[in-house]
Amino acid sequence: MSEPVLKVENLVKYFPIRSGLLHKIVAHVKAVDKVSFDVQKGEIFGLIGESGSGKSTVAKTIVQIYNPTSGMIYFKGQNLSKLTKQTIGRFRREVQMVFQDPKSSLNPRRSVMSILEDPLIIHGIGKSRVERKRIIHTLLGQVEMPSRYMYKYPSALSGGERQRIAIARALAVNPSFLVLDEPTSALDVSVQAKLINLFLRLKKELALSYLFITHNLGLVRTIAARAGVMYLGKIYELGTMEMLFSHPVHPYTKTLIAATPVVSKEEERVKPREMSKEGEIPSPVNPPGGCAFHPRCSIAESRCSQELPSPVKVGPGHLVWCHRAEELAARAEELVVLE
Amino acid sequence: MEEKAILDIRDLHVWFRVYEGVSRVLDGVSLYVRGGEHVGLVGETGCGKTVAMKTAMGILRSPPALFPQGQVLLAGRDVLKAAPIELLRMKGKTISMIFQDPLSALNPVFTVGQQIFDVIRFGHRWIRDDGALTKTKVRGIAMEALTSVQLPDPRRILSLYPLELSGGMRQRVLIAMALVNRPRFLIADEPGSALDVTIQAQILSLLKSLVKEAGIAVLLITHDLGVVRETVERVYIMYAGRVVEEGQTVEIFDDPKHPYTQGLLSSVPRLTGEALAEGIPGTLSDYTEAPSGCRFHPRCPQAMEKCAQQKPPMVKVSTKQHVACYLYHGGGG
Repeated sequence: MSEPVLKVENLVKYFPIRSGLLHKIVAHVKAVDKVSFDVQKGEIFGLIGESGSGKSTVAKTIVQIYNPTSGMIYFKGQNLSKLTKQTIGRFRREVQMVFQDPKSSLNPRRSVMSILEDPLIIHGIGKSRVERKRIIHTLLGQVEMPSRYMYKYPSALSGGERQRIAIARALAVNPSFLVLDEPTSALDVSVQAKLINLFLRLKKELALSYLFITHNLGLVRTIAARAGVMYLGKIYELGTMEMLFSHPVHPYTKTLIAATPVVSKEEERVKPREMSKEGEIPSPVNPPGGCAFHPRCSIAESRCSQELPSPVKVGPGHLVWCHRAEELAARAEELVVLE
Repeated sequence: MEEKAILDIRDLHVWFRVYEGVSRVLDGVSLYVRGGEHVGLVGETGCGKTVAMKTAMGILRSPPALFPQGQVLLAGRDVLKAAPIELLRMKGKTISMIFQDPLSALNPVFTVGQQIFDVIRFGHRWIRDDGALTKTKVRGIAMEALTSVQLPDPRRILSLYPLELSGGMRQRVLIAMALVNRPRFLIADEPGSALDVTIQAQILSLLKSLVKEAGIAVLLITHDLGVVRETVERVYIMYAGRVVEEGQTVEIFDDPKHPYTQGLLSSVPRLTGEALAEGIPGTLSDYTEAPSGCRFHPRCPQAMEKCAQQKPPMVKVSTKQHVACYLYHGGGG
């Protein structure tokens, strides 16, 4: 394998909870706790998980909105914690982010033109206003919007159109990597389908790589090459789509797939039969000890509540953080043989 | 209809007077729900699902809403013509509702207990006539309701404020409140879509078992096609204020007829990982200047000349499937 574009190693992000007169730190929200993964050039890597699993925190830490508590992030081999004021500009041009809600990520009081011109001015792209306008014209073309939209305000646009403007803004500085944090989850499915196809076209045309964050399993299955399944700040299973969906090993992955409502018989066959239905997602302030999933897991043993599971390789590039991974993987294989 | 319909909407038109003119939101919607039946109403944002549901509940204010045509029969009574006091009597006894966002449906400054007690007392005053209602009795009914939605330690939950509960627990409380007065018909508006999938699955299976047990008819309103497929027997697909297709859930999902339904279904990302279709071209047009003829025709890949001129009536394409599209006229489908 060649050098990955993005490499995240043991990333930790804790948010302090302060209380009392002296604002003493009383506890931490363990939003991200030792997460490692990498994204290859030209790849779409997915992060899946329910709310509170820490997916968005990973995204915001990568684009340097948050500073990691510990751990390393390498972008094209460069350690991001070593970025200086001079080099951070270059990094920001290379890595851009698209947020979930285009209504709150676009300034309602500024026109599309002014929203798209900002990154150009900040990064010194396009010397004159005329040149910048020409670039904005191209950008709107890239996201398949007519140029007359330049003079509109976000309130005059539909949800899908707003998100296209947000994508155009991210593309303005010619990035090579996009962090997409639930970019379509506020939209209707027919609009989502159009945007997803746009993302795929842009990736091809502009040679981009994506970190795609979503809670929609069908979506990640459709577009990503590999993904990590997160639960309470940790990745519990990581592998290619084929592995995760045809041979899921971790009980949480199976639970997630089984709980997803589907629209066809073919998909129903993909769903694992076993799932743990009970229980709610615990708070990340005080996550359960050992494997955080153990209170909801139907096959938990005593060691699951005490020891943190270490990664088990159950296939090429398929990692599972579960004490019973080997046993489960073996059983999955048996089932395949039986079928 | 073999069995008597609990909700029967006939050719309902709902208009709103707005600055630009008249917004013709519902344009001849007909749908019915039989006693004990579970029906889905599916459509994307702005298709009129909520307007239809609010009309059925009798909570749409007029003005601004105008009802130029149509009937809404709830248990045989016309909601649009009923006196307010009559509607009040129906609520809780005949019809009840679960909202999408459990946090905004519950009052943050009252405890769960106070809010359930209110519902029970309301029900007693207007519906039940089983003797005097003592405090202990109200409490007993509330505890029973919370137990039925599988909430642990109902005594403690009665004294909590909505903010102290998780999203899933709040939704359970709402279900308990909606069912406590034993309605015959329940409207569930996106009951799980504010929740995570694993929690949503729990809530939906709970709701399913409760309504089945009590024989309650359900109208599930949602944009989530997967949820519809796994929850209801019969489904209505809505587009731009009209029902475009109706039929058994299995048939519609296996063999959608209307180009809109086809486009919608092919836009859903699949767990099997097939490439996604291009979605549906164009956008929903404004209701003040809704397209003539079939409202879907400007976006329809198979539109014909006729489609722009005349509104297509519903035709039968199989024993239990109806579709409003000229592609299926003539030939009998």
